Amino acid sequence: MTWLLALILLPLLGAVAVAFLRRDDRLATMTAFAVSIVELVLILPLWLSYDPGGERLQQVSSLEWIPAFGVHISFGIDGIALLMIAVIALLVPVVIALLRSTDKIPEGKDVGGLLSLILVQQSLTIAVFAATDVFLFYVLFEIMLIPMYFLIGGYGGPRRQYAAVKFFLYSFLGGLIMLASAIGAYSLAADELGEGTFDWATLVEVVSEAPLETQIWLFLGFFLAFAIKAPLVPFHTWLPDAASQAPVAVTVLLVGVLDKVGTFGFLRYSLPMTPDASAELAPVVLVLAVVGVIYGSMLAAGQTDMRRFVAYVSIAHFGFIALGIFAFTQQAVAGSATYMLNHSLATGMLILVLGIVAARGGHTRIDAFGGMAKVTPVLAAMLLIAGLSALSLPGTNSFISEFLVLLGAFDTRPAYAVVATVGMVLAAAYVLWLYQRIMTGPVRGDAMLAAAPGPGTAAAPEAGARKTIRDLGGREIAALAPLVVLIIGLGFYPKPVLDTVNPSVEQTITAVQER
Amino acid sequence: MNPFLAQQVQTVDAPGIDWGAILPMVIVFGAACVGVLIEAFVPKHQRWSGQVVLTLGSIAAAGIALGAYVSGRPSHGVLTMAGTLSIDTPALFLWGTLLALSVAAVLMIADRSVEPGGSFVAQAGIAPGTVQDRAQVQSTGMQTEVFPLALFALGGMMAFTAANDLLTMFIALEVLSLPLYLMCGLARRRRLLSQEAAVKYFLLGAFASAFFLYGLAMLYGYAGSVKLADIATAAAGTDRSDTLLFAGLGLLMVGLLFKGSVGPFHTWTPDVYQGAPTPVTAFMAACTKVAAFGGILRVLTVAFEATSWEWRGVMWAVAIISMAVGAVLGLTQTDLKRMIAYSSIAHAGFLLIGTMALTDEGLSGTLFYLLAYGFTTLAVFGVISLVRDSSGEATHLSAWAGLAKRSPLLAGVFTFLLLALAGIPLTSGFVGKFVVFSAALSDGMAPLVVIALVFSAVAAFFYLRVVVLMYFSEPASDGPTVSVPGAFTTASIALGVIVTLLLGLLPTFALDWAGAGGFALGG
Repeated sequence: MTWLLALILLPLLGAVAVAFLRRDDRLATMTAFAVSIVELVLILPLWLSYDPGGERLQQVSSLEWIPAFGVHISFGIDGIALLMIAVIALLVPVVIALLRSTDKIPEGKDVGGLLSLILVQQSLTIAVFAATDVFLFYVLFEIMLIPMYFLIGGYGGPRRQYAAVKFFLYSFLGGLIMLASAIGAYSLAADELGEGTFDWATLVEVVSEAPLETQIWLFLGFFLAFAIKAPLVPFHTWLPDAASQAPVAVTVLLVGVLDKVGTFGFLRYSLPMTPDASAELAPVVLVLAVVGVIYGSMLAAGQTDMRRFVAYVSIAHFGFIALGIFAFTQQAVAGSATYMLNHSLATGMLILVLGIVAARGGHTRIDAFGGMAKVTPVLAAMLLIAGLSALSLPGTNSFISEFLVLLGAFDTRPAYAVVATVGMVLAAAYVLWLYQRIMTGPVRGDAMLAAAPGPGTAAAPEAGARKTIRDLGGREIAALAPLVVLIIGLGFYPKPVLDTVNPSVEQTITAVQER
Repeated sequence: MNPFLAQQVQTVDAPGIDWGAILPMVIVFGAACVGVLIEAFVPKHQRWSGQVVLTLGSIAAAGIALGAYVSGRPSHGVLTMAGTLSIDTPALFLWGTLLALSVAAVLMIADRSVEPGGSFVAQAGIAPGTVQDRAQVQSTGMQTEVFPLALFALGGMMAFTAANDLLTMFIALEVLSLPLYLMCGLARRRRLLSQEAAVKYFLLGAFASAFFLYGLAMLYGYAGSVKLADIATAAAGTDRSDTLLFAGLGLLMVGLLFKGSVGPFHTWTPDVYQGAPTPVTAFMAACTKVAAFGGILRVLTVAFEATSWEWRGVMWAVAIISMAVGAVLGLTQTDLKRMIAYSSIAHAGFLLIGTMALTDEGLSGTLFYLLAYGFTTLAVFGVISLVRDSSGEATHLSAWAGLAKRSPLLAGVFTFLLLALAGIPLTSGFVGKFVVFSAALSDGMAPLVVIALVFSAVAAFFYLRVVVLMYFSEPASDGPTVSVPGAFTTASIALGVIVTLLLGLLPTFALDWAGAGGFALGG
């Protein structure tokens, strides 16, 4: 058994254990946390045994599943998948540790159920990044929706049913269209080789030699699924609903890792399998990407709700990632690949900190807050760190990635790069403005002050008194600390991450660069 | 002088019969006749147990006979009874499917614990709303005629899927339909609705049969024979009137598509599914669909393969209409049984796509789909029969709100089945869709497949709506209770769920069986 298989199976077993222990909240939480920590520790041997200069896919294991269609249960990772697996292994223990500070479990539900579903989600997400059989990838891509559907619909906010169904249907439709493309690739291989297969490497070889028109159809099927998942404008409308209604812990995983399946899909499937079509249609994707950057930024600035704010910030960032990928230069794609990691760290932390702010204040409206830094200085500092990383300040992790994306894109697509740079400026504006509104100035707002007396009554002396809001405790600081360390650490020393992804990036774009 | 009359009178040789091949069918028909005798001669209180034992026993015996025959069968199938029956691999696969499905359906029919006395009325002849009718609500007896009726229907379906000429097919069609019309009218609760369903089904079914017969006559006029193989030969290269051929085919297909509840010939489906006793609905939804599509497959493949270019465009339209009607109207339903009825119309559209492919993959894919769909639907109706309030089954959607709180197991099972109907991976529904769509795609029907995928997503919405209701809504205070199922219904649901899961995880063995051989073409 490879380390990779252990990483996939462990959370599943943990989920079963947690489901059995759900009567006791404390025990269930401890178990889930312990499982997620073991999972995180298991990343170490996986990372150490990964040889960046070695084979394209490592930790390979394969088992025949449906011989009639040449379907295998096969897993393997490249550098990009490794990063994504590592980041979900990191985020799950963090969100479990902070669960009590960020989320209130709805009446009649138990925390064990939530944690159990989160562990299932973790296992499936790792598996989807590790799948090297296209059929298996599709199966996991769709199955992955089910725990997320129950997480949003069962534990979310007041409009959770709507959000859960919308999320599911968008992704399900995208997945089905992708299925059509996968079957198309399969029958192409069946014609070419005399025997159908879903093996990723074989399909890449066969499909990349197909005529342009065929490639375009196959590209479009995969693209739609990934563009909904990522999400790119105009396929994004499910994300603000899902992100604002899901529990904070779930939003972190959804925006932080699940959505990366979309951009990961571009790198793993779209570019290598359909290089001609990718090159042909790149301008279309680039337009969507740049529109996403600007549109997401502007809408983020206009949001009055913290949760929706984060969703639009992410849409802008996904625009950047897509821009880098479809610029087809080594620098830009490496920038995008590391951005996928750095966005998870930065946005994950931003969602968590804003979740704590909202939970402490009892509001998610931004204008319910003001001057909070005076009351909770540590929380303010954390928000600032997360915010600065989200706006890609030099010295934080995101800067390197965003810089690489813009630099690489400028070589081949200067116009798009220039427009996207405007997005960086906007990012500074929306993040700092958010910080200013929540944290600085005089203490004000519904969340900070006791309710003001109604009109017509004389101002009572106690009206307008500050509510007591606790600053971050030791446990919460400890849970956020690894994120802070990585955000700053990777800002100054990104080499290990870049070294890990660079060979994979190079192999990804060779085919498309030759066109 | 008519050449037929000019022939010399010869002694008629009795046609050779391959008893081994048709033994399963003979057992079923024989048991049905014995069942009628039981009704006539066995005292009332012993009939139920006698009928259950006889019915299940005969289906099991037929299954064993089938198994014994399959292992040593000739690989290209045999024609027997003077070429009227073709016992080939698809026929044997469909027989196996029908027998397995009817075990589950008969188990549900036999259950007397969910509804005291069973789902069937004691005396169907009493007019609804009369004094006698109100009196019989209290009685717990049931019309045990339902068992031989089910066996006759089953036998008819088996004959239908093996029929190699149109006349045999027509007779089998009637044999399978007439008992079903009757069974629809036997519901213990909501008598009026049940009788309406029976009458509606009978009238529309009679129309469809007439269409079928008219088409048969035209095809006979065209080819001079009712044998499928002769029609194929005649169509392959003659200067006979194409009008006759295609008018005949069109009318024939109306009759067949009606039975398969394919839109736009679906109008009976929601009413009948809703009105019939739920076990009968389950039997109809699963087995009739299998038989009808078995027949459509055979007719199209054996008789009309050569002319497929001419009729395929029309069938495209039919498939699209069926998917659209099923998926879109399904969204507006508030009654669960009606919703599943529309779902079955959408599924019929998907099935038709595989049927049209006329390739080996299309054949095996459609056969697999039928098997998978049959078991899932049976289990769905089994679950529906368990959720009840004081007036019987609570099939209105609002009654299902918050069900997961009160009985998580039932809600979990139902969610799984709905996901299977929606075609989520790791269920048989997904594998079925996959094989059918991939067959269609490699046969050059890419646009149709894309349309089908879009309608799959639309249909997923109404399955999800039920899941949302069960899990995320607050239960109504006067909501229905969930009956504790008796052993029979439990076994039936468990069988459906296990098969749905098994075919989703390890579909290989069933796919191999379904793909083991094609129709026997020889005349």
